[in-house]
Amino acid sequence: MAEFNHARPTFFNLLRIEFPVGAITSIGHRVSGVVLALCTPVLIYLLEASLRSAQDYEWVRALLDTAPVKGLALLTVWAFAHHLFAGIRHLLMDIDVGSSLRAARLSAWLVNIASVGVVLLGGGMLL
Amino acid sequence: MRGTPSGLRAWLLQRLTAVYMIAFVIFLLAHFATDASKSYELWRSWMMHPEASIATFLFFTALLLHAWVGIRDVVLDYLQPMIVRLPVLAMAGFSLLAMEAWVARILLLSP
Repeated sequence: MAEFNHARPTFFNLLRIEFPVGAITSIGHRVSGVVLALCTPVLIYLLEASLRSAQDYEWVRALLDTAPVKGLALLTVWAFAHHLFAGIRHLLMDIDVGSSLRAARLSAWLVNIASVGVVLLGGGMLL
Repeated sequence: MRGTPSGLRAWLLQRLTAVYMIAFVIFLLAHFATDASKSYELWRSWMMHPEASIATFLFFTALLLHAWVGIRDVVLDYLQPMIVRLPVLAMAGFSLLAMEAWVARILLLSP
């Protein structure tokens, strides 16, 4: 066992490590999931305020209409879109739809591009 | 997810909660596309309908369970030392439970 470990190659040149498109989709799925988890208490807080009173409801509406909040909202929209699309890709693969390498690479591109597309669309609607 | 070395239960829970959340989001988007509750009274009366508040409560329950499985996976992958891992997992679990209670108070217990 010890000799085996000695022979283990350590290859960690970041410039030469392959990072195929599926890996980007995969790490994006993780990052967006963590972002969404961190957004959850904010979402619950806004839900509570919007239901508390008419004044608080108007406050939430006005808050969502300010530029920095719109920027944060777009980040959340990216996280949501990417997580949703990547999740649907996983669910389809579970029932053996698109699990060949070719199809999986194509759908990984689709997920990455579509989530950015949703952000651009959302940005266009917000501005 | 104790007692499942294969992780099958976590895998299944992640998918069941995902499918419910997808259905809920489609339902919500369809609702707001046809009837954007543009005033406080309309918004509140819609959300306080038992159908809407229970469906929304279940959405947050699914979301928090889904977040637990996901955060747990991320923590197990990146935080190896037990002295860091256990407190982080405990804090995450406690936060998610607190959020569940908070949502229950907003949607189920408010007058």
